[in-house]
Amino acid sequence: MRLSGRNLKCVRGGREVFSGLEFSASSGEALAVTGPNGAGKTSLLRVVAGLLVPADGAVALEGGEAELSLSEQAHYLGHRDALKPALSVLENLSFWREFLGGRPEDAGQCLASVALDHAAHLPAAYLSAGQRRRLSIARLLSVRRPVWLLDEPTSALDAAGQDLFVRLMRDHLGGGGIIVAATHLPLGIETRNLRMEGAK
Amino acid sequence: MSALAALIRRDVRIALRVGGGALIGVLFFLTVTVLMPFAVGPDLALLSRLGPAILWLGALLASLLTLDRLFTADHEDGSLDLIVMSRTPLELACAAKALAHWLAAGLPLIIATPALGLLLNLDGAATFAVALTLLAGTPALTFTGMIGAALAVTMHRGGLLLAVLVLPLSIPVLIFGVAASQAAISGPLSFGTPFSILCALSLISFVIGPFAAAASLRHGLD
Amino acid sequence: MTLTDLANPTRFLALTTRILPWLAGATTVLLAIGLYQSAMAPDDYQQGATVKIMFIHVPNAWLSMFVWGVMSVAALGTLVWRHPLADVAAKAAAPIGAAFTFLALVTGSLWGRPMWGTYWEWDARLTSVLILFLMYLGLIALWRSVEDPSRAARAAAILTLVGAINIPIIKFSVDWWNTLHQPASVFRMGGPTLDKAFLWPLLVMALAFSLLFITLHLAAMRNEILRRRVRSLQMMQASRVAFSSEVGAGSRDGHASNEIGAA
Repeated sequence: MRLSGRNLKCVRGGREVFSGLEFSASSGEALAVTGPNGAGKTSLLRVVAGLLVPADGAVALEGGEAELSLSEQAHYLGHRDALKPALSVLENLSFWREFLGGRPEDAGQCLASVALDHAAHLPAAYLSAGQRRRLSIARLLSVRRPVWLLDEPTSALDAAGQDLFVRLMRDHLGGGGIIVAATHLPLGIETRNLRMEGAK
Repeated sequence: MSALAALIRRDVRIALRVGGGALIGVLFFLTVTVLMPFAVGPDLALLSRLGPAILWLGALLASLLTLDRLFTADHEDGSLDLIVMSRTPLELACAAKALAHWLAAGLPLIIATPALGLLLNLDGAATFAVALTLLAGTPALTFTGMIGAALAVTMHRGGLLLAVLVLPLSIPVLIFGVAASQAAISGPLSFGTPFSILCALSLISFVIGPFAAAASLRHGLD
Repeated sequence: MTLTDLANPTRFLALTTRILPWLAGATTVLLAIGLYQSAMAPDDYQQGATVKIMFIHVPNAWLSMFVWGVMSVAALGTLVWRHPLADVAAKAAAPIGAAFTFLALVTGSLWGRPMWGTYWEWDARLTSVLILFLMYLGLIALWRSVEDPSRAARAAAILTLVGAINIPIIKFSVDWWNTLHQPASVFRMGGPTLDKAFLWPLLVMALAFSLLFITLHLAAMRNEILRRRVRSLQMMQASRVAFSSEVGAGSRDGHASNEIGAA
């Protein structure tokens, strides 16, 4: 499986964020997107996720399931947690598990692997920022998708959380997955780097 | 199919929990209806003549004002991104969200109608007629209002702008809803004709609403 | 036992555990006496047996206003004295007040039915009660729409006090509006002079319903305190997950039983 972007150009609000961008990542590879604020890291991830339409160029996934689009085979972990405070931790996770479809994993197991199984029946409103992030990470595990698109995934996590997340990313890459992560901090895994310089 | 069921279940659950505010719509409906007699006077004969119109206006405003948060809540916490990316067609997801909203906010209005009919001196048959027309007509309000709610996400604005956009679209529903209830109560017109048109308006909105909302959400994300 | 002692929720719980059975018993006895006296009261020469609805209606109408008064005092307690039990008292009172107001509305319209020929007439008094009911519902909606009870408490306290000032103004306006449209009052609730045969049962019933309110209110306050404890325990459980995985066993459990909640 190979994820590649060719000649990508992104224009937002009349401003060119980046252009002529090329990247590729194969099964088992992680791509770290680095660069200063405003360089377009988040925009690039959203273009890959299919949430933004590129002004030019295209992103393609070769070797995936033919009848599914790239965004249907990808997980997107954005700045925002996509959690509902009124629902319990388990209800939040179960919803995404059922809604995203695909091959669902056991929800309790997923919570255990991000060390949130004690809190399963508590409202998500009681979670701290780091715990909310862990719960979003559990979503990546609950339904199997080959491509993970991560936007500053480790920002709210403490040391233990980061170790845990590194382990989960290794597992994902070991299973033939692809990771594209926008980050300021070293991810803790072997990555290929894509440096974005910002607008000219 | 189970994805849509999960979405409906989630939205109804959130609406009914603390902070959800599904029942505030009913309270608004009740308050607007109670205000009317203070404006037109406590004359029971007059009130029973105006009753269906008052109830319809109240239900129209109540169901539109609660629509405000239909998509913005999901947009603000990032859920909307994941819904757009999922394998469920966005049109179906929009329809499921509108249906959930109608179940949590529209259906209670219809259940509250008999109590309000009592206040407006409507007899049993008249109240039943109004409730029946609301049952047929409020889905159309929700599904057309959904377009405005989706545009509100695009423009990062809701509230009054939503009302200004959507209220003109709901005029046909209001016309035939009130006409059908009046026909059932007193009118020379037969009940069947306006009621069938009302049902037709609802069916049309089931098609137009989800497609327009999905299109505006797709272009509005950034 | 002073007010500061009562401020401690644990003491409050211990005290109410002892008091509540007696209160419930006294309420039952008084209600039984009041109902018996009401049943024995003579029929009115104009209204017949219908007049007996008064024995239920008047206490409910009285309590519908009294409960708002209790909530106003509690609101002052929240805003001025920051009494820890004040917002518990205010929150617990709202649904009970709404229930009494609803009963006053229902009994009022049942009482009016034989007179008016319809269940609802925009009579000045009943209309005022209806508006009061709407204000209760709005207050409950406010409590329900904010998840954190201490934040909701301030908003609810302000609304309660504004309501307390506005209710007389609303009442006056509604009276004026009503006389404007209906110069001749057809039917007056209660009437100006009350025969002793009606007065005694009415007083007993009013007392019984007031006791009923106090019993229900204390029980609801207990529930609210316990609910907040569960909430703070849950919040601690949520944070302990991180604790136990990084620092070790959560040592903060011990404080839980003495806290009222996330105040």
